[in-house]
Amino acid sequence: MRTNECIAMLLAGGEGRRLGVLTKDLAKPAVPFGGKYRIIDFTLSNCAHSGIETVGVLTQYQPLVLTQHLGIGTPWGLDRREGGMHVLPPYVRQKGGTWYKGTANAIYQNIGFIERYDPEYVLIISGDHIYKMNYDLLLEAHKQNRADATIAVISVPWSEASRFGILSVDEDGRIAEFAEKPKKPASNLASMGVYMFSWQVLKDALVRDEAEKGSSNDFGKDIIPRLLEEGARMYSYRFEGYWKDVGTIDSLWESNMDLLEDRPQLELNDRNWRIFSASPNQPAQYIAPSARVQSALINEGCVVEGDVKRSVLFPGVRVGEGSVVEDSVLMPGAIVGKNARIVRAIVGEKAIVEDGCQVGMLDSEEIAVVGDGETVRAKIELQEVESA
Amino acid sequence: MKMPMMGVINLIHEADEMASLTANRCLATVPFGGRYRLIDFVLSSMVNSGISRVAVFAHTKYRSLVDHLGSGSNWDLHRRPGGLFVLPPSLEDQTDYGKGDLYHFFRNRDTFARSPAEYVVISRSHMVCNVDFAKVLEQHRETGADITVVCKREPEGLPGLARKARVNEAGRIVEMQDHFGRLNTDVVSMEMYLLSRELLLDLVETSLAQGRDHFVRHAILSRLQQLNVHAYMHEGVLGVVNNIAAYYRHSMELLQPEVWRELFYRPGKIYTKVKDEPPTHYRTGANVSHSLVANGCDIEGTVTNSILFRGVKVGPGAIVRNSIVMQNGVIGPGGVLDNCILDKEVEISASQQLRGALDLPFLAVKRKVI
Repeated sequence: MRTNECIAMLLAGGEGRRLGVLTKDLAKPAVPFGGKYRIIDFTLSNCAHSGIETVGVLTQYQPLVLTQHLGIGTPWGLDRREGGMHVLPPYVRQKGGTWYKGTANAIYQNIGFIERYDPEYVLIISGDHIYKMNYDLLLEAHKQNRADATIAVISVPWSEASRFGILSVDEDGRIAEFAEKPKKPASNLASMGVYMFSWQVLKDALVRDEAEKGSSNDFGKDIIPRLLEEGARMYSYRFEGYWKDVGTIDSLWESNMDLLEDRPQLELNDRNWRIFSASPNQPAQYIAPSARVQSALINEGCVVEGDVKRSVLFPGVRVGEGSVVEDSVLMPGAIVGKNARIVRAIVGEKAIVEDGCQVGMLDSEEIAVVGDGETVRAKIELQEVESA
Repeated sequence: MKMPMMGVINLIHEADEMASLTANRCLATVPFGGRYRLIDFVLSSMVNSGISRVAVFAHTKYRSLVDHLGSGSNWDLHRRPGGLFVLPPSLEDQTDYGKGDLYHFFRNRDTFARSPAEYVVISRSHMVCNVDFAKVLEQHRETGADITVVCKREPEGLPGLARKARVNEAGRIVEMQDHFGRLNTDVVSMEMYLLSRELLLDLVETSLAQGRDHFVRHAILSRLQQLNVHAYMHEGVLGVVNNIAAYYRHSMELLQPEVWRELFYRPGKIYTKVKDEPPTHYRTGANVSHSLVANGCDIEGTVTNSILFRGVKVGPGAIVRNSIVMQNGVIGPGGVLDNCILDKEVEISASQQLRGALDLPFLAVKRKVI
């Protein structure tokens, strides 16, 4: 029987401030990833494969590119008569209205949406992470434990534990303690920002949290610690596999590079777990006689006439003759002229690197970034302009 | 302005000498150009020209056609009003298969009668080209022709089977013959006929009533004197793809960047059914040059002067030269292909070597393990 036993609420309003120019005009979930996708495609595809048929996508920051990408959810099979995908921006009521003040408040403001489906469980996820996960198994564990809330966790290196929300759990996986970005982590189990709630418990917590003055209305800071304090049945769910928060330029670059290994941890070419996305429908890529391509991901519509090594090329990228692209990510429609050099860089959508220009350096600590639509001009030209 | 024209793609009795490539599919759905099917070119051209109502007259072996076209959403043809109509043959009994296209047009005349479009453009599926039908219509109105036929000058001739036309100085077609005729001309017909809906219905009914059921031969060729039939000269790329020689040659022409750009982008983009394949992965050992590679491939070997469709795997040490490998083909480690065309899902075992001649490529049937 078709049911709305579990619906998902996907938080996609994040600004992704640490991604700098890459999120100037678009929200973090809409940032291109992996030569084809936008970050949010991973969570939406997870929903599609996990049998979740109703997804509310909460948008706020720079929603234009994101909502255009989402459409009515067709690429993920979420254009449904019943349920399906709904974009939920903040809205105005008779007595005013507010922006989403925090992750919990965003859900609070959409209690009406959730109640329309009368679900048993609500899955809270965010559009900021790269991973392939079957939420149905999470739901099963949640039911088996008769939990009020279940938090998906992953082991992270101890050295990085203080960057995450860290959980201490007992033998049964029941959560004893939760600490948001602790200085001295008591465990290396990090919250993945994937929460399964029994709806009545969550609804009650959201209403009480909203009434609380001074609350930051955040899941990690307010809702979860409060429920733990009150002795709610909260369990962890161990996830094994690739999971990455691509919140910084470095991590975005790194996780793109991770895909280039001969046997990558996150296999995109998985027929049983396709990552769906809005397809650009461009012709097959053309690799010219002058081209050399090694350890690369290249997508449709690209024309490669130069050298591409350890790089990710999104649809419609051009690399001119004599150019070298190394350890770099070239986003959709980026154009590299002739005899240019791009090393350890991220080149934004439709950016242009003119003939003979250099972007980034091999021994540089930092990843060079060219923003969307920017043009990198040859130095000679600049000097001419300056002297003129 | 709203386009006052509907499109018809006529698959009934298309000239087909494609050997095993059409053993289990119609000519319209022969894979081409790394990710397309032949019908995509004319279908996309229609859509890009502003046509929003397209009827496809299916005839035989159309399972792959229905699968490929679906609701038409990949061409933006899942729409109201209009959209895509796939019309299977409506037969009283098996002998009706032998009847000509006019019979089928007649049986489906509601498709034309219900369309609000003033004009109809009737086309075949096997012309690899990118045509702006709005321009054809413009010329049609300017010349006041009864019928406008899209043609192309091909002084060098073409390997495919195409009708030939003689055009006078005023642009009128005065003579047209089937591909085997002796007519000495450099004009080939692209088998795209633009005419008013009124005239079409008249031709259908009158010809059938006269006991003749073939649209081009009976309704048009026999009336070249009475009707003002004009040629519209197409300037872009053209491949008439209905035999293996033409298939191989026009495929390989796509490796010229000018042809690639012109065919796939000008005047509009060619669309096809999307597959959700990831980007192609070039692993250590990949050595690819002068090739067209679709997404979803996984390459560890050498590929030169070749076309790889979606999801092809080229194992370590394998060599693919002057070849076309269709969807999900697998070339095992150390396998060698020279001048081959592999239909979908063919598997070449490790170290197996296959060679065809340059003008006669080796053709492997779908799902064969070699």
